[in-house]
Amino acid sequence: MANCIVNYGFSSFILFVWMAINIFLFVWFYFFYDLGPQFFYTRHILGSALAWARAPAAVLNFNCMLILLPVCRNLLSLLRGSFVRCSRTMRKQLDKNLTFHKLVAYMIALMTAVHTIAHLFNLERYNNSRQGVYDELSTALSDLADTENTTYLNPIRITNLVSNLLIDPQQIPTYFGFTSIAGLTGVVITLALILIITSSMEVIRRSYFEVFWYTHHLFIIFFAGLVFHGAGRIVRSQQRTNPPHNTTFCKDHPDDWGQIPECPIPQFAGGFPQTWMYVIGPMVIYICERLVRFVRYMQSVQYKKIVMRPSKVLELQLIKNGFKMEVGQYVFVNCPAISQLEWHPFTMTSAPEEDFFSIHIRSAGDWTDKLIDIMKKVPEGAEGPKLGVDGPFGTASEDVFDYEVSMLIGAGIGVTPFASILKSIWYKFKDSDPKLRTRKIYFYWLCRETHAFEWFADLLQVLEKEMEERGMGDFLTYKLYLTGWDQSHATHVMVHFDKDTDVVTGLKQKTHYGRPIWDKEFEQVRKENPTSIVGTFLCGPEALGKVLEKKCAKYSDVDPRKTRFYFNKENF
Amino acid sequence: MGKIEWAMWANEQALASGLILLTGGIVGVAGQFRGWQFAAYAVAAGVFVCLLEYPRSKRAKGTSVERTGQYCFTVCVKAFGPLTRNYYVRAFLHAAICVPGGFMLATVLGCVCLGIASLIYLAAAIRGEHWEPILPRKEIRKPVGESIKNPPQNPPPRPPPEMRRKQAGDLEKSAYDNPMSVTDDE
Repeated sequence: MANCIVNYGFSSFILFVWMAINIFLFVWFYFFYDLGPQFFYTRHILGSALAWARAPAAVLNFNCMLILLPVCRNLLSLLRGSFVRCSRTMRKQLDKNLTFHKLVAYMIALMTAVHTIAHLFNLERYNNSRQGVYDELSTALSDLADTENTTYLNPIRITNLVSNLLIDPQQIPTYFGFTSIAGLTGVVITLALILIITSSMEVIRRSYFEVFWYTHHLFIIFFAGLVFHGAGRIVRSQQRTNPPHNTTFCKDHPDDWGQIPECPIPQFAGGFPQTWMYVIGPMVIYICERLVRFVRYMQSVQYKKIVMRPSKVLELQLIKNGFKMEVGQYVFVNCPAISQLEWHPFTMTSAPEEDFFSIHIRSAGDWTDKLIDIMKKVPEGAEGPKLGVDGPFGTASEDVFDYEVSMLIGAGIGVTPFASILKSIWYKFKDSDPKLRTRKIYFYWLCRETHAFEWFADLLQVLEKEMEERGMGDFLTYKLYLTGWDQSHATHVMVHFDKDTDVVTGLKQKTHYGRPIWDKEFEQVRKENPTSIVGTFLCGPEALGKVLEKKCAKYSDVDPRKTRFYFNKENF
Repeated sequence: MGKIEWAMWANEQALASGLILLTGGIVGVAGQFRGWQFAAYAVAAGVFVCLLEYPRSKRAKGTSVERTGQYCFTVCVKAFGPLTRNYYVRAFLHAAICVPGGFMLATVLGCVCLGIASLIYLAAAIRGEHWEPILPRKEIRKPVGESIKNPPQNPPPRPPPEMRRKQAGDLEKSAYDNPMSVTDDE
């Protein structure tokens, strides 16, 4: 339990505050509309459905304001930068931006459902009231029309005629729904929301990113419609008249309105639309974010080197004016020759100490395949196609040098940010950089086969040699786990058992086969570092992340003098 | 956008539409709205669409992810053969189902969403996609050979006892060599 607090405390706090605000808004506005005297006559026709529609509307205002913020990656990067001197936990929070975005989206979907269902009841009741199906008071209220000395309460003004054509009362709510501002915008934005949600399902997003990304731009229609949704002012409340209209007495005498002094004709007006006040700030921020991305795109990017690596991996070494990166950061790359709108994230594999930045791109879909094809055709020494680069954006790996002891776990393609980190360590060591707080690094590399990562094995070889030369073999302990071994592998290893270097990678450290036994590994780290704070960094699959999170919690000690494990996860 | 299987998105959209149609129908019936008969129809139609769309199709390329507990639904849907396999049929079926939903406000959203799903299915059908059931792969056991029923009656032929004892120091005469040590005192 205590371990949970150490590891998850801050995120839980933020979620708690967010949920508390949602609940507060819902309850406050529910009672505002359900008990407020100015809505007495409105409630007489609509019942509690009025409050049930307005309460989620308030929650929707709040959440639509929030939803744009977690995806402003440049803004978040800026915030991250300003928190450099703050504690670790603050910066980790910003990594969870996508999770928060999805959570807010679920809340929007839920509240839209409640809001729409309540309004279905409202429209039905308004229609029935207009048709004269309800009691005398209801009919009298609905008869009030917009003339020189009366104002309407019931927004449905028609009973059976539309432009001299007879209309079936059953169709009046649908007619109203599609001809009023609120109705039409409501239907359009709900439809946009549904399309956004269905195309954002994990299955679609992971397989066809383009469908997800292009459909997601329907949010522009969503926000446009949302801002105008309240412009019709159809939620009507009673206004003060002179002399005042006493509802308690007058509700029983609808025939006498306007004829006796206690009951002047009641006047109504619609509520001032408020949604724009909530969303205009974030909309401006998001527009700025897109502008920044555009500016970055216009900045020229030169090629230093294009290298085709084995197993369909492309390495690009690029130079951009004024580009400053830190370890483990990623950039978004855009290639107009392939697609104008698509920006894809890639972790940088070069160290900040180098005068260029590099990315390794593996063939993993439409866009990457086309890019590799184009690059293959570029002749030796020539410039490649125009590229746009946005970034760099920070992720958890920036923190790796702050921990005295770090456990780095890279699975498959997830090994890339660690290429950057290890290279940077190498440079910092050569320059004896005092900023390096790290005393010990444990690196675990898990992959099915080493094919796609020969480039990384080369890097490890170089590091190994350097460390031997300086007598610092102790600094970096790395273990390679080949999870895709078979009988021929095993036989090969058996035969070359006595060799000094590993037969698969050529490294001094022997390759392990199968998956690591994490309990043993954590035990070993804890034993060798009894009083340190250990940062655990993973770039790999969700399932492994959950396992490691549990192990971190399990092997952490609440006592601050003993070993504590903090878990950090990259996510895209 | 070449590698997209439109049917996957159409399936998500149709499932969502089924749920929306169902919800709209329940609201219409529970609130006894005008035209509640259309709402009752929407409940039935929504349930039908959900049952039809729940089992995901097997993907032409790549790994297919099943929905939880979809196996029974897969079997039912598979039983209709070409009617459910062909996406043209599904496109027109959804287009037809959605029409009565347009006659009442509560079900109009379900109607439009299902209409959109129908259009995406049409696109999928034009591209030649079709529905494939995801069935668990059956392990084929090698049939046991006949000879297991007739064990040998006699022991195998062996050299006389003096020769059978292994000469400890004489590796040439031993029956066989162990390539790796089989004792555990290393």
